[in-house]
Amino acid sequence: MYRKKAAIPKLLPKMATGIEGFDGLSRGGLPRHRTSLLIGGPGAGKTVFALQCLVNAVRRQRARGIFVAFEESPRQIIANGATFDWGLASLAEKELFFLDAHLSPTLVKAGDFDLIGMLAMLTAKKEEIGAQWIVFDGIDVLLTLLQDPVAEMREIYRIRDWLADNAFTAIITAKLENRASEAAHYGFLQFMVDCVVRFEQRQDDRVSAQSIQITKYRGSGHSAAQFPVSFGPSGIEVGAAEPAEIRRGASSDRITGGIERLDAMLGGGVFRGSSTLISGVPGTSKTTLAGKFAEAACRRGERVMFVSYDEAAEEIVRNLHSVGIQLKAHVKSGLLRMYSARTEGVSAEEHLIKLRSLIREHQPRCLVIDPLTAIAKAGSLGAARTVANRLINMVKDNGITLLMTALSETDDPRAEATDLQISTIADTWIHLSYLVRSGERNRALSIVKSRGTWHSNQVRELVLSKSGPTLTDVYTAGGEVLMGTLRWEKEAEESARKGRDRAQFEYKRRELQFAEAGTRAQIKALQLDLRRQRAELALYSGENEVRNVSSSERENELRRRRSANPADVSSRKSGNGAAK
Amino acid sequence: MSRPRVKSKARGAGVTTVVVLRLYIVGGAPNSVQALVNLEKICQEYLKDGYKLEVVDVLEHPRRAMDEGVLVTPSLAKLSPGPTANVVGNLSDKAKVLHALGLKGKGT
Repeated sequence: MYRKKAAIPKLLPKMATGIEGFDGLSRGGLPRHRTSLLIGGPGAGKTVFALQCLVNAVRRQRARGIFVAFEESPRQIIANGATFDWGLASLAEKELFFLDAHLSPTLVKAGDFDLIGMLAMLTAKKEEIGAQWIVFDGIDVLLTLLQDPVAEMREIYRIRDWLADNAFTAIITAKLENRASEAAHYGFLQFMVDCVVRFEQRQDDRVSAQSIQITKYRGSGHSAAQFPVSFGPSGIEVGAAEPAEIRRGASSDRITGGIERLDAMLGGGVFRGSSTLISGVPGTSKTTLAGKFAEAACRRGERVMFVSYDEAAEEIVRNLHSVGIQLKAHVKSGLLRMYSARTEGVSAEEHLIKLRSLIREHQPRCLVIDPLTAIAKAGSLGAARTVANRLINMVKDNGITLLMTALSETDDPRAEATDLQISTIADTWIHLSYLVRSGERNRALSIVKSRGTWHSNQVRELVLSKSGPTLTDVYTAGGEVLMGTLRWEKEAEESARKGRDRAQFEYKRRELQFAEAGTRAQIKALQLDLRRQRAELALYSGENEVRNVSSSERENELRRRRSANPADVSSRKSGNGAAK
Repeated sequence: MSRPRVKSKARGAGVTTVVVLRLYIVGGAPNSVQALVNLEKICQEYLKDGYKLEVVDVLEHPRRAMDEGVLVTPSLAKLSPGPTANVVGNLSDKAKVLHALGLKGKGT
């Protein structure tokens, strides 16, 4: 059978950059043997990005690289790179070559010049060390010096041809200050290269936020969105969305939150590897519940990390001690890692990086973040939202059971939902609130949602005592929930009423017994009476008979005694009729 | 092939100090050729024979050029007397070259 041969798309060979997030959004890295352009304002991370590509290429692919520094001296660059865990200084001895192309400000320019000499020198160096990667950092500085658009274009072409001839995987960085005059030759630069990555830095509420975006990738698909960028101990990290497909197992193991009745309300505890959100206004015992969770995990012998924002770890340990939660021993044994940080002026991205490295370091099975909403304090809410999302995903991907608290400004649970929007991602959402009545403030706990499990719809009162937090039933009376003293009153009233009822019942019983006894006595009396009457009746009837008999006998006797004639005798013998 | 064309014609005693120059070029590249022509003209005009000029072809001595801090070509270095100076370009801007070499006013 004849079949048309389908054209197989030729995949553009790419070189992984090893930069977290970037290889994902660029679907594999930068184009191999091609040139990529990084453009953006100063301080947006172009140099770090380029340098990190080189470092990773050296460390992971045993490649060699050349770094041509137009803007800063290599000494400065190496010093800056030393803030990352690259071991740059030692790499710079052999694997990486830095060319100081930092043009002295005292340099006099007298007429047109070109890069032929420089490229010749670099060719020699390439052959010497066998470099496959090259970075031209800050090419704008060089182009500015040329002061002639024609010359600029000529030199750009020269560089392009040279790169192609030498089969370099190249990165060119250029500062972009958004001036109209720059647009022309940057447009040309962009046209010349195969991949353009745009770096941006803006100020969000006193916090600078960096982002990158691939605006061009010849012959390759890529993610076109803007992604947040941050600087961690290993260099730049791109906050690329995790792969669209979520791949992780779902455990059906349940773990306790440390409070028996809460577990019962959740149908036996939270799922291992799930995320739980506890929201509430300040003072609703979010931290206490989080502490209980951490303590319970430590008791199971699991590694736990407790991250608290804007509250010192020592304070938390002390405060929780007062409600019977003992964390000190677990901190000492190393099972529990307490970490507290300030949030003022720290962007959400930075928090994420710190957390990521802490997780890597401590390898916890359970993680508490109290409160997660603090990461949105500085910087834009939008950025904090994506960070929260990524954080939860990262934690879950690592199979860590997460408990986070969220501070709500109002007592309305829906208010939280609009804030960081974590409630939609969380598997279980517990809301704590206050009920204020009769001069009293009481804590109420309810479960707003809990995925994949039965959960109670009941509101419970959270009672804190020296022995720890407990949940008690609340009274609902007349459609109102009663707590605290009102609950106590209600309880007392209830028991008094029960006592009264019991007494009343007893009284009634006795009364009835008494009445019964009375009736019985009456019955007995009546029966006795009856018997007496019967006896009387019997007596009466007997007397009457006796009387009848005697009267006739007496008549006869009388008759007999009155007359002595025989007729009388005969008539007496023949009975009554004979007496005529 | 190295071609250090050293012109040293310091005649007689008491002549002012010799200016030592080094020009880095790339073979027959237009800018380089022009720079050499321009420089020789200036030297003839302002220094007469009181200079030493070494011409280094970067294509032939890339390692050396790199070690000596050359970046772009053509590039001229004034090594002595101090202060030293560096001029890049084809040296067509005569006034700038003279100024950089500290030759302004001389010979006029």
